[in-house]
Amino acid sequence: MEFFKQFAVPNPTPTIYLSMVAIGLTLIAVLAGITYFKKWGYLWSEWLTTVDHKRIGIMYLISALLMLFRGGVDALMMRAQTSMPGNELLSAAEYNEIFTTHGVVMIFFMAMAFITALMNFVVPLQIGARDVAFPRLNALSFWLYFMGAMLFNLSFVIGGSPSSGWTSYFPLAGNELSPHIGTNYYMIALQIAGLGTLITGINFIVTIFKMRAPGMKLMKMPLFTWSALITNLLITFAFPVLTVALAMGTMDRLFGTHFFTMDNGGMAMLWANFFWVWGHPEVYILVLPAFGIYSEVISTFSKRNLYGYTSMVVSIVVISTLAFLVWVHHFFTMGQGALVNSIFSITTMAIAIPTGIKIFNWLFTMWKGKIQFTVPMLYSLGFIPIFTIGGVTGVMLGIASADYQYHNTMFLVAHFHLVIIPGVVFAMLAGMTYWWPKMFGFMLNERIGKWAFWNIAIGTCLAFFPMFISGLDGQARRMYTYSEVAGFGIWNLLSFFGALGLAMGFILIVFNVYYSARYASRDIGDDPWDARTLEWATRTPVPEYNFAVTPQVDSREPLWDSKYEGKTLFKEEIKDIHMPNNSGQPFIMTIFFFVAGFGLVFSMWPVVYVAAAGIAVLLFIRSFERDDGRHIHAEEVRETENNKRGDTR
Amino acid sequence: MKKQWLFSGLLLSFLLFLSGCEPLTVFDPMGPQAALLKDVIWISIWTMLFVVVVVFIILIYILVKYRSTKTPSDYRPPIVKGNIWVEITTIGIPVLIIVFLSFVSVQSTYEAESVPKQFKDEEPMVIYAASSNWKWHFSYPEEDIETVNYLFLPTDRPVEFRLYSFDAISSFWIPQLAGQKYAMTGMITTLNLTATEEGEMQGRNANFSGEGFAEQTFNVSAVSQKEFDEWVKEVKNTAEPLDEKTFNKLLKPGHLGQKTFSSTHLDFSPPPEEHGEMSEEEMKKEMEQEQSDH
Ligand code: HEM
Ligand SMILES: [Cu+2]
Repeated sequence: MEFFKQFAVPNPTPTIYLSMVAIGLTLIAVLAGITYFKKWGYLWSEWLTTVDHKRIGIMYLISALLMLFRGGVDALMMRAQTSMPGNELLSAAEYNEIFTTHGVVMIFFMAMAFITALMNFVVPLQIGARDVAFPRLNALSFWLYFMGAMLFNLSFVIGGSPSSGWTSYFPLAGNELSPHIGTNYYMIALQIAGLGTLITGINFIVTIFKMRAPGMKLMKMPLFTWSALITNLLITFAFPVLTVALAMGTMDRLFGTHFFTMDNGGMAMLWANFFWVWGHPEVYILVLPAFGIYSEVISTFSKRNLYGYTSMVVSIVVISTLAFLVWVHHFFTMGQGALVNSIFSITTMAIAIPTGIKIFNWLFTMWKGKIQFTVPMLYSLGFIPIFTIGGVTGVMLGIASADYQYHNTMFLVAHFHLVIIPGVVFAMLAGMTYWWPKMFGFMLNERIGKWAFWNIAIGTCLAFFPMFISGLDGQARRMYTYSEVAGFGIWNLLSFFGALGLAMGFILIVFNVYYSARYASRDIGDDPWDARTLEWATRTPVPEYNFAVTPQVDSREPLWDSKYEGKTLFKEEIKDIHMPNNSGQPFIMTIFFFVAGFGLVFSMWPVVYVAAAGIAVLLFIRSFERDDGRHIHAEEVRETENNKRGDTR
Repeated sequence: MKKQWLFSGLLLSFLLFLSGCEPLTVFDPMGPQAALLKDVIWISIWTMLFVVVVVFIILIYILVKYRSTKTPSDYRPPIVKGNIWVEITTIGIPVLIIVFLSFVSVQSTYEAESVPKQFKDEEPMVIYAASSNWKWHFSYPEEDIETVNYLFLPTDRPVEFRLYSFDAISSFWIPQLAGQKYAMTGMITTLNLTATEEGEMQGRNANFSGEGFAEQTFNVSAVSQKEFDEWVKEVKNTAEPLDEKTFNKLLKPGHLGQKTFSSTHLDFSPPPEEHGEMSEEEMKKEMEQEQSDH
C-alpha cells in the first residue's frame, strides 16, 4: 500500500478522477477498436515503424494538435478562474499546476511539434530530396518527443504535475521548496523530448546542406527551407544548454547535489541564466519557421515573387545571431546594475530592426500583386498587424528601466502571446491549411476555415489586449486570484471572452477536418494553389519516393518557371530508386526511455536499471546491424506514376 | 476592410483607456523614480504607435488596391526586383528609431538605479526588506524597529531598500514609487526610491513564489517626516521587541497580516553579505576586521 501512495495525486478533485476514468476508458476503447478492426498489423508496419519523413511529419502534426487541445483546456480553466475577482473555481495549488503545464505543453509539445511537423513534411519536398539524411534517426526523434510528451501528461493523473511555472525557477523548483515529485516530471520529460529535438536539429542541417536537388544553390533555396536551416542551427546550439541545465536540476532533485539550492553554495541565478540562454533562442526557434511559411504563403497568394529575398535571408541570419546575445532581458530586475542592463537593452531592441525589415518585405511582396484571400493568406494578413503590436511592445519591454514596471505583469503576458500566437499558431494553421492537400489529398473547406480564422483572430485580440491595461494597473502574472478593489475584474472578464472565441475557432478547425475529409473533392490535381516551389511538383498524394526523377533547379521558383517560363524540371529517365527500410527499433527504444523516465521520476531504481539496459542493448544491436535499404524498381515507379497521371506535366 | 477597422478601433480604445479618467497604477506616480518610468513608457508608446500606424496604413492601402477582385482577370503581377532606396528607407528608419530608444533606455536606466538628483546630497534612509513565503519583513536599522507586511516611509527622503529573501526568489514592487527588483537568498540587491507625495499605496511580491503568492502584498504609507517620527516613537513605546524564537515562527510558510516590533531581526539573523559597491572606507574597515579575526 505504501508503495502505491506515491502515485496518488496530491490535490485530487472530481475533475481529476473523471479524467482518470476518461483516459482509462479511451485507452481501452482505442486498443479494443484496433483489435476489432484488425489494424495492429497496419499500425505497426505503416506508422510505428515508418521512417518516411511525410508520415513522421503527419504523426508530429496529430500530436501537436492533441497537445494544442490539452494546453487549450488549461488556458480556458485559467481564464475562467480569473474572469471574476475572488473566484473559487480553482485553488491556488491547482491554478499553479495548470499554468505550469499550460506553458510547458504549449511550448515544448505543441509549438515545437508543430514546426517539426511542417519541417518534416515540407523540407525534403522543397529541396527535391527523397527523405531526410538520417531517416531512422528521424523516427527516433519523433518517438522521443512523443514519449516525453506522454510522460509529462501522465503527471496529471499519476503523482501530480509540476507547479513552479514553465520557467521552473530554482530554488522554488528545488527539493527545499517543492519536495513533491511534480518537478521531476518536468526535468525528465523535457530531457527526453529535448534529446529528440537535438537529433532533429542535426538531421535537418545535414539534410539541407547535403541533399538539395542539383542546381539548388543556397541562395536559390525557398525561404521556408532557409528558415528551417537557421532554426535547426539554433536548435543545435541552444538545446545543449537546456540539456545541461535539466541534468543539473535533476541531480539536485534526485541525488542531492547543490547546483541551484539555497544553501551550501547553490546558485539559483545560474538556473535563470541557463534557462534563458536557451529560452530566448527558443522563441526564435519557434518563430523563424513561421517567417518562412509566411514568405511562401504571401508570395503564392499575391501571385508575385518574394520581395527582397536576399535581405530576408540576411535578416534571419542576423536575428539568429542576436538571439544569443539578449537573454538578460528576461531578468533586468535581478540587480546586475545599469551597465549590464544597458548593453542587453540595446542588443534586445536591435532585434527589432531585422524583424521590421521582414515585415516591410512581406508588405512589398503584395505590392502590385493579385491578392487572393484564401485561408492561409488570411492568417498571414492577420499576422502582420497583430505581430507588429506584439513586436513593438517587445521593444517597450526591451527598455530596461521601463521593464522594471512591466516585468512579471500581465503586460509581459500580453506581449509574448501577441508574438507567439500570430508568430507560431497562425503560421502553423496557415501552413497546415496550405500543405494539407499535399499531405492528405484533399483541401480543407474555405468557408469553415474563414469562420475559424475570424474567431481566432478576434479571440486573440480580445483575450490579450486587455492584459496590457491590467498589467499597467499593477496586475502581476500567475496570480490565481485578486480582490475586487484591485479593479482588474473587467479586463480579465474580457480576456475570458476572448479565450472562448479562440476555443470556438479551434473547434471549428476540428469540424473542418471532419467535414472536408467527408465531403471534399479528391480530384484536386498536383498544384491546387498555383504555387511556385518544388513540393508542388510532386504527385498528390505524394508517393513514398517523393520524386520519380530528381528535379533540376536553376532558379528560386523552379515550379513557377516550369509552368510559365517553359523550363523543364524533370530531364532524366526513371531509374531504380533507393529507399531506407522501416524499423521498429526507434519505437521500442523510446518505450525503454519512457519506462526509465517514469522510474527516475519516482526514484524506482531497479526499473531505471532495467530500462537503461534495454536502451543499451538496442544501441548495441543497431551498431552491428547491416541495413542497406531497398530498391523500388523503375518498372514499379513508372506504373505508380502512370496510375496517378491525371493532369499534364 | 472590416478587420482593419476592428484593429484600429481596438487600438484607439486601448489608448483611450490608457489616458482615461482614473489613471492606471503605473501612470499614477508618487515619487520621482516612478514618474521617470512613466515618462519613459509614454515616450516609447508614442514612438511605437508611429511604427504601428505606418505598418497599418501600408497594409490597408495594399490590401485595398491589389486585391484580386479589384484587378482585371488577365492582370499578371510583374517580377519586382529590389530598389536600393526602398531598402535604405526600410532599414534606415527602424535603425533611427532604435538608436533613439537606446539613448532613452541607457539614460533612464542609469537614472532609475540611482538616488534622484534633487536628493543627491542627502544620506538615504536604509530599510531592509526580506521576503519569506509569503510575507515581507521590513527592518529599520537606524530606528531599530521592524514591521511585517506594511511600510511607513517619510516623504522627501531618499530610501535605500536592501532586499533579500529567506526562500524563493521574490520581487519587491511598489509600482507607484519605483520599478521592481528581485530579492534572493544569500545576497543583497538594492533599490532606491523616494516618496514625494503623501498617501497610501500597495506593494507586492511580483515574482511567482508558490502557493501563497497571490496574497503576498503589503501596505505602504508615505507620511511627512514629522508623522513618521511620531510613528517611530509610538512603536518604540508600544510594540514588543522581536526575539529569535518569535522570528523563526514568523518565517514559517503562510500569511500573517501586519505586525510591529520594537527591535529588528538583523541582530540575531544578520543579512547576507552586501555585493554592491563598497566605499573605500568600508573596504578598509572590512580588511582590518578580517585581519583581526586571524
Ligand atoms: C521585436 C522583438 C522582440 C523584443 C524586443 C522582445 C523583448 C522581450 C523582452 C524584453 C522580454 C522580457 C520581459 C520581461 O520578462 O520583463 C520578452 C519576453 C518574452 N518574449 Fe519577447 N521580444 C521580441 C519578440 C518575441 C518573439 C518573436 C517571441 C516569440 C515568438 C517572443 C516571446 C517572448 C516570451 C515567451 C517571453 C516571456 C517568457 C516568460 O517570461 O515566461 N518575443 N520579450
Ligand atoms: Cu527573450
